[in-house]
Amino acid sequence: MSKNLRINNKQFVDETRKLSFVFNGKKLHGYKGDTLASALLSNGIHLVGRSFKYHRPRGIMTSGSEEPNAILQIGNDDALTEPNVRATEIELYDGLVCNSQNCWPSVKFDIGGINNFLSPLLPAGFYYKTFMWPANFWEKYEYFIRKSAGLGKSPTKQDPDMYDHRYIHCDILIVGGGVSGLIAAKIASDDNKKVLLLEDKELLGGSLIYDDSDISKIDDQKSSEWLKKLIDNIKKDQNITIKTRTSLAAYHNYNFLLARQNLTDHLSVSDRNNKIRQRLYKIRAKKVIISTGAIERPQVFHNNDRPGIMLASAVKKYIDYYGVRCGLENVIFTNNDSAYETALSLYKSGTKLNAIVDIRDNSSSEIVNQVKSLGIQIYWNHTIVDTKGYKRINKVTIMKLNDKGNDVIGKKIELNCDCLAISGGWTPMVHLFTQSGGKLRFDNKDNIFVPDKTNLDQLSIGSAKGDFELDEVLKNSIKDTKKFLQIENSNFDKINVKCSKEKEKKNIWLLPSDKPLSNTKPFLDYQNDSTAKDIKLALREGFKSIEHVKRYTTTGMGTDQGKLANMHALGIVADTTNTNMGDLGTTTFRPPYTPLTFGTIVGRNVGQFFDTFRKTPMHEWHVDKSAKFENVGQWKRAWYYPKDTETMHDAVQRESKAARESSGILDASTLGKIDIQGTDANEFLNRVYTNAWSKLQIGKCRYGLMLNEDGMVYDDGVTTKLGENHYLMTTTTGGAANVISKLEDYLQTEWPELDVFLTSVTDHYATACVCGPNAKKIINKIFKDLNLSDESFPHMSFKEVKLGNINCRIMRISFTGELSYEINVEASYGKYIWEKCIEAGKEFNITPYGTETMHLLRAEKGFIIVGQDTDGTMTPVDLQMDWIISKKKYDFIGKRSLYRSDTIREDRKQLVGLLTDDPNEILEEGAQIVKDENKKPVNMLGHVTSSYFSPTLKKSIALAVLKEGKQLKGQKLLVPMINKTIKVTVSDTVFLDKENERING
Amino acid sequence: MFLINCPYCGVRDQSEFVSGGEAHIARPKQPTELNDDQWAEYLFMRKNIKGIQFERWNHVHGCRKWFNVARDTSNDKIEKIYKMGEQPPKI
Ligand SMILES: [Zn+2]
Repeated sequence: MSKNLRINNKQFVDETRKLSFVFNGKKLHGYKGDTLASALLSNGIHLVGRSFKYHRPRGIMTSGSEEPNAILQIGNDDALTEPNVRATEIELYDGLVCNSQNCWPSVKFDIGGINNFLSPLLPAGFYYKTFMWPANFWEKYEYFIRKSAGLGKSPTKQDPDMYDHRYIHCDILIVGGGVSGLIAAKIASDDNKKVLLLEDKELLGGSLIYDDSDISKIDDQKSSEWLKKLIDNIKKDQNITIKTRTSLAAYHNYNFLLARQNLTDHLSVSDRNNKIRQRLYKIRAKKVIISTGAIERPQVFHNNDRPGIMLASAVKKYIDYYGVRCGLENVIFTNNDSAYETALSLYKSGTKLNAIVDIRDNSSSEIVNQVKSLGIQIYWNHTIVDTKGYKRINKVTIMKLNDKGNDVIGKKIELNCDCLAISGGWTPMVHLFTQSGGKLRFDNKDNIFVPDKTNLDQLSIGSAKGDFELDEVLKNSIKDTKKFLQIENSNFDKINVKCSKEKEKKNIWLLPSDKPLSNTKPFLDYQNDSTAKDIKLALREGFKSIEHVKRYTTTGMGTDQGKLANMHALGIVADTTNTNMGDLGTTTFRPPYTPLTFGTIVGRNVGQFFDTFRKTPMHEWHVDKSAKFENVGQWKRAWYYPKDTETMHDAVQRESKAARESSGILDASTLGKIDIQGTDANEFLNRVYTNAWSKLQIGKCRYGLMLNEDGMVYDDGVTTKLGENHYLMTTTTGGAANVISKLEDYLQTEWPELDVFLTSVTDHYATACVCGPNAKKIINKIFKDLNLSDESFPHMSFKEVKLGNINCRIMRISFTGELSYEINVEASYGKYIWEKCIEAGKEFNITPYGTETMHLLRAEKGFIIVGQDTDGTMTPVDLQMDWIISKKKYDFIGKRSLYRSDTIREDRKQLVGLLTDDPNEILEEGAQIVKDENKKPVNMLGHVTSSYFSPTLKKSIALAVLKEGKQLKGQKLLVPMINKTIKVTVSDTVFLDKENERING
Repeated sequence: MFLINCPYCGVRDQSEFVSGGEAHIARPKQPTELNDDQWAEYLFMRKNIKGIQFERWNHVHGCRKWFNVARDTSNDKIEKIYKMGEQPPKI
């Protein structure tokens, strides 16, 4: 396709650097400086995709982030491919491979295109209406809908690229490096402010930088020349940090913003190795200036979506910046002066412009006069009523508008064209402003929403605020920036701007056609295929709120968030319902402004860095012994230690047998530990635990249950009295952080009069727990001088002893029911003491066991695990632990709630034991328990919370919570599973050693 | 993401703090004297207003201190930060 579409342009596109790329399997060429879109256009390619619903051929329409059609799949590598990339935003690189999305089998012949001919059958809400019922057909519908919908393909392999996060603090953040942003940056810097300037394109300067005309001048210089000098100054400025290829993704409260910088996407693939692909900046700005500019509006008329129909500003940019003609025979369709700049650019580049169709009656601005003087045909007060050309526009039909602008009169005129440049005026990019919580105001004169109220220290300037002509952009930007920064004078105060356009425009949201509306296709949202007709249908069907209309018609719901569609949708709703647009309110724009890759969001927090994890001092020992680990909170805990080919079941059976028959050892270092000191420490324990603590002697330990104020079990653990005013509390592994927070809360807010200090010492100590009938012998081998007799060192007591220079705190407490010693040492001696125990226990076959065996051993004894057998809805009474509730204490956390009408209900779920009729059948944790499975709906009585096979009892045991469980002991119940129903009998929760004899070895 | 001016540490990012809900709800001194309704009032009933709300915040990843915050829930603007035990400001 060498149709001489490329004009020589040395400034922004480097024609000495030819780049090759592949589009839909075809090898093409472009140059360094091109976007993928400009390169495609220079090859005569407009048709790049199919629309979402009707599969109509669609072409490149814009030159920026508002592009609704040219969204492509980039790359064909399983790991690197990226869907939904705008051809207008991606810079061309050598070797780029891209494909059209949403069409099958090919963009030129697309089966879904049949929907276009069926379109009378596919009105707004079609999917909602048709696929509603019968409900059980949904799965079939969904398959077809998903197959025919879907934008692009996700990568299926892990992303090999590197991403990065960085924090930036600045005085002034300026978003948008166009002329107004640049002026603001310079004013702020001259006032000695630290400025961060973000520009999403490769180059600074916005649209003025490639404006090649002589009709607007700044200080008597060509405006682009004046701007280049300003940019040179800014680049040298020490106060200004510039980040290009950086787009603002989100604007949060308190001037916290996220921006994404593209670092390698413009490089050829071979140059990207070992480089960070994208960086996410987390910005805290004292003040923010939004200078994001404006986007041009299309116009809404019959068949306004054919390939070759583009925004007038885009046609101008492709010529002036990229040196690419979008067509060889052009027609311009406008309602305002700005499209006349496109006319001049076409003329200057020697590109044929057949006519300008303007819906206004006339304009006598300087620029229009200049165009008139070139002899270009202008059809005033005309509108386009139809267009022709399936895969590329080839003709437009125009007619004269009547006085009211709501119908057409006279005879049809046909104009040939292969490119139609349309302009409907400009829409300020207020997305970031609204994201930040700012409220918009509707300007009835200009038909635009402009920034109004904000709570943040921020300012919108330039076209983003609704100034579109160069003179007002410059003068207001200077004035507003000075006021915002409280500056008296700036170097721009005497600026002299000459502007040749006028602001007058004529706004008709939906242009009339000679055909009735029902026979036309005036598109609003190109990506989602919603038309003006759909909006009117939604209104007829009773949708009033703009948010509902939007969802029903899917207008503005695409990946472009309706950047082009929203204003017209609102305008048509306002016209149809006779409402003022300002009263309708605008839709909410949500972050991200443009889509972000997941890679950027997660940055370096991938794989092992996804979350921090905590290891005990003995961790390496467990690794050496091939332990399997389980995550408990952030801890990695040894789960079980398989030998040779053992399964988990085998290992757990062996480990628990050893602990019961001789000795086992558990790494209990992860238990939460809180050091409690102060003269009121004892009173404090009385208030936070359900049981009484007043009589606890120094050197003794006590188990405590902690409730929430609502009476539900929150945590449990053993607390040891180390000294008169000194205790060591242990908590569950997962609950440690929450428990200390809760205790601090009560201390600081409810009981500030108590003299109590809490310190988290979880990481300070390591704990080796030796248990089993031979535990005493093992401990005796290590601590030879320690009197381990039951009289001297009974159950639930504590000794502080030295092993060489190591201070050891030994608690004789048991979570297994066996004779058991917990040795606590400073963390750095953890591995030493562990190995010491292993060595001493060798002759007794000391067996390390993990959390799974620990759970089995305690379940045999009916000991609960908070968070497994409880779920925040269990009181101590529900757990049949009434014995731990002090009757004497006047108050403790949760006490009052234990006799609320709800907590004293007899039919609450209560903790029970379950035995399966077949002793070899192990229940599944979480399985539901029922009495009668035939009566529907089946009444669920409760569920299994813990379940194991006990090698000591040689049968399966389980704990469960069961409605009225206390009354049901001995009852036969059912546990229905997918393939079978398991018969169970309700039992006591203690399965082994009900007399507690093992505790003494 | 707010910035919160911890009265003990200074201005820090919101991610260092946790919110503890409505402030100035004192735990009854004699819970056993209360009937179910009165106890439920303390236990469950919390305001959720649009406008200035008095809240408790904890600098959990910092000094671990609790303090009070007067925050406008409509725009997250923090009007005042004051210590535990102090009376709510008139706003
Ligand atoms: Zn603090």
